[in-house]
Amino acid sequence: MSLTAVVVVVVAAVLIGAFGIRVSRTTSDFYVASRTVSPLWNASAIGGEYLSAASFLGIAGLILSFGVDMLWLPVGWTGGYLVLLVLVSAPLRRSGAYTLPDFAEARLESMTVRRTASVLVVLIGWLYLMPQFQSAGLVLRTITGAPVWVGGLLVAVVVAVNVLSGGMRSITFVQAFQYWLKLTALAVPLVFLLMAWHGDGAPGVSAEDAATWQVPLAGAKEYGLYSTYSLILATFLGTMGLPHVLVRFYTNPDGRAARRTTLVVLSLLGAFYLLPAVYGWLGRLYTPGLARTDTVVLTLPAQMIGGTLGDLLTALVTAGAFAAFLSTSSGLTVSVAGVIAQDLLKGSVRSFRIATLMAVAVPLGLALWARQLPVADVVGLAFAVAASSFCPLLVLGIWWRRLSTTGALAGLFVGGGLACAAVLATITGAPYGGFMTALLAQPAAWTVPIAFVVMVAVSFLTPHRVPSGVARTMVRLHTPEDLDLDRGDWRPRSS
Amino acid sequence: MSPEPRPARRGMRDAPRRVAVTSPRTAAARRPRFPATREIDEQTRLGEVYMRSLLRTQFRLALFVCTVLGCVVGGLPLLFLLIPELREVHLLGLPLPWAVLAGLIYPAFVIGAWWYVRQAERNERHFAELVERR
Repeated sequence: MSLTAVVVVVVAAVLIGAFGIRVSRTTSDFYVASRTVSPLWNASAIGGEYLSAASFLGIAGLILSFGVDMLWLPVGWTGGYLVLLVLVSAPLRRSGAYTLPDFAEARLESMTVRRTASVLVVLIGWLYLMPQFQSAGLVLRTITGAPVWVGGLLVAVVVAVNVLSGGMRSITFVQAFQYWLKLTALAVPLVFLLMAWHGDGAPGVSAEDAATWQVPLAGAKEYGLYSTYSLILATFLGTMGLPHVLVRFYTNPDGRAARRTTLVVLSLLGAFYLLPAVYGWLGRLYTPGLARTDTVVLTLPAQMIGGTLGDLLTALVTAGAFAAFLSTSSGLTVSVAGVIAQDLLKGSVRSFRIATLMAVAVPLGLALWARQLPVADVVGLAFAVAASSFCPLLVLGIWWRRLSTTGALAGLFVGGGLACAAVLATITGAPYGGFMTALLAQPAAWTVPIAFVVMVAVSFLTPHRVPSGVARTMVRLHTPEDLDLDRGDWRPRSS
Repeated sequence: MSPEPRPARRGMRDAPRRVAVTSPRTAAARRPRFPATREIDEQTRLGEVYMRSLLRTQFRLALFVCTVLGCVVGGLPLLFLLIPELREVHLLGLPLPWAVLAGLIYPAFVIGAWWYVRQAERNERHFAELVERR
């Protein structure tokens, strides 16, 4: 039954990719299409792309293992949009940038900064894709017993085919539909699960759990306070630096619409993230000894309800999970492939094809080779890298005139470099023991401040490297579009 | 202060000098002036002042929201750590940390975002009125 659900979702994705309406492949088409896309559709599309395996499966698993402290993860993933809204959304849309490297180039007028940003986009994208493939393997193994690599390979191939045929991604409607599918796939089973729980006499957690698991900063993780604050910093500041989120802002007609879209995104994500916490809590009651906690969402229906209904619900959840892998991976792959093709290769159609294969193959290799960490933890690391590189670039670039090219470059190198090093150490290495493990597993608390300080300090030291067109760029970023002003003639290079 | 007596000038009678009234104030108000948008386009000092005022208003608003957010989000873990009694409090049948982090904080985000959008659009309207007034 569940396998059928997976097949249906995968086939549907391939069909949409192969025969779907091939609208809007270039940036200018995006722009034209945007005028008909309402904030609700646009926001649903952002939500559809954003809610990945980590949200769908990972959060519930981490809550089952580590308790209330892990609730900060969904809170941060939602709250990140509030920070994005107030600091970035409207100016970013007004910049006309299509990708993060575009923004870097437009604001700092430097190809070196653009290329550095490109490399970081690719690294963040790979880091985000890797756990998607890992969880696909895990899900497929849970429902069929297939080896772990099969699921990852399946998703990677489907995504590559989709992106190469040019469908899926460009259609806002499809991504928007994914959000509602994921919401349904998690909400409907939950209704039945809660009824079953109520039928059991509505039990509470054990006395031991009530004293530790249910209590903040008393759970199983060491250095809880540091980890909590570092996690908060990474998620709240990292959201604005995710490559696949940013592109969606371009489909808003203007800065004002970008703000309204972000407001709707916040509401949609808030509604979704009410659900995984309940799964985690029920999981603690009914499947406390689960070996791979990322599968708790899939195991609960069979465990608590069973029979045909249990099978049906498991199938629904599995379909939702695969929708999550496919939509997030497609969005990321397009973003990463676009950047590789445009900035690191020659920018032709052929190089886009090569770039797509690179975008998928590297994280697939990583997924098979790296050690299995909880999916939400790895995605958290991608947020940490984004928060220590693109967050300072965007915030200072939008609000601070004195940001110099050298300063931006130094900040990207130091912040991004340190965060990447910590990530590498975490996903490859054995536990380092003591505080070191916490520092490397949650690097944001030290890498983000360092990145900001370096960017500001180096900018002060190199005032002659402040871009000459900064005044014009500020007009472009901050003034409402309906005012008749000279905003410069920079345009993103269309792919 | 009483007006000083005018020093008598030679060759002039005591009658007040004739003054030609050429420009009533109404005309001064109608004097053609560059719209502020042009000041901004040409990056004059005045244009800079307009732009700085817009940036400062929007940045203050953003900073205010971020500060409130930082206090709430940064304060919660400390609050739960320092006041253990809070852990025993139940809200809507749930332990307080769960009720806040798994439920109440989301509508709070949305309300904050909604308020921000309203304020930011108001600031932009004011700026538009300012620079388009001639």
